Amino acid sequence: MKIVGLHSALRTAILATALSAGLSIAAHADAFQAKLAYCKTCHGLSGQGYHGYYAMPRLAGQQPKYIENQLRAFIEHRRKNEIMANVAHSLSPSMLSALAHHFRDLNPPPLGGGGSRGAMATGKRIYEEGLPESNVPACSACHGQDARGQDQIPRLAGQLPDYFYSKLVNWTAERGQNTSMPDSSAVMGPTSHNLTKSQIAAVAAYVSSLR
Amino acid sequence: MKRIWPKLVILAILCTPVPSWAGSSMAASIRNCTWCHGTGAQGYTVGPRLAGQRAAYIEAQLRGYAAHIRDNPYSKQYMWGAAANLRTDTMRDLADYFASLPPKAAHDGRRALAEKGQTIYLQGIPEANIVACLACHGPGGQGVREIPRLGGLSYFYLKRRLQEWGQGYHSTPDSPMPQVASTLGPDEVEALASYLSFVK
Repeated sequence: MKIVGLHSALRTAILATALSAGLSIAAHADAFQAKLAYCKTCHGLSGQGYHGYYAMPRLAGQQPKYIENQLRAFIEHRRKNEIMANVAHSLSPSMLSALAHHFRDLNPPPLGGGGSRGAMATGKRIYEEGLPESNVPACSACHGQDARGQDQIPRLAGQLPDYFYSKLVNWTAERGQNTSMPDSSAVMGPTSHNLTKSQIAAVAAYVSSLR
Repeated sequence: MKRIWPKLVILAILCTPVPSWAGSSMAASIRNCTWCHGTGAQGYTVGPRLAGQRAAYIEAQLRGYAAHIRDNPYSKQYMWGAAANLRTDTMRDLADYFASLPPKAAHDGRRALAEKGQTIYLQGIPEANIVACLACHGPGGQGVREIPRLGGLSYFYLKRRLQEWGQGYHSTPDSPMPQVASTLGPDEVEALASYLSFVK
């Protein structure tokens, strides 16, 4: 009787452990799906971006290391954005990493709406050749010929043109804001100043059309 | 030389810019709206304020009523009929007209909840996956393009609309609002509707 009692106690204990492990995995999965739905409320149901009062960037196809670095940048006050600072502060490190990887495989068509054919042609030329006379390097040198980025260098293909424009125009006021934590955003500083607003709009039009 | 003057006068009258809604049929259309939305279009009982609303939003909603897309009970009961026979250009003219009227805030929410509502509006509640409303509706609740102005709408209207989004009624295709509403509890709805009713 004693042995049987011990066995059944053991069985119950094993069952309970397995059940609670299963439950905690399920709870994690639910928490991830809920957080994902939260992201997509603003960034588009397929991560394609959304035109709200502010232009909310496309995350679909974005480089995971870039997303992760930006979410940390909001937390560390390297990148200034009140809405995203609040959002990022509520993420655990593991959630942050899981979210960053999720958007990689999404591939909805770009929202587009960037500009005229002429602007796109100018943008393509700047993107591929730069503007040597203004000290602007070819964007493709770092962001890739297909504008899909690499590691911490963001994908630009399919990005919302108004988002792209406002980021480049305000680059040095929004990025690299924590002087005790300098980051790679400094690379874009001079280029953002050397481009005119109409040149920025042209590049925005071009990259927004890329798939 | 003398004979040219009457012609000039006629020409001048013909060329004077007259708003398209100044015609008698437009005045009648406006009156059909203000029976329920209030003289001055500041809202009346269940009819929301139209004054100062985004023109593109009003126009999109009118199209939505005519196409039976916006399907909450009051829309079905009143607005499907009201929008059924409107021509596209009349919809646009009505939208422009109401958007041009200066809006007044309803001030009918619960004061004690306004601060909580403001926090949700500006910051959301990230831990509860509630997004910040300002991302789409703007820092002053002013709206933009087809995204409606919310600041100063009546507490009862705002509360009902948030509840209806959560109940599965439709309004605008591809809107993120069903997702937003699914995260809001009754307390958050009360707080948001209260806060926004005081926004100028």
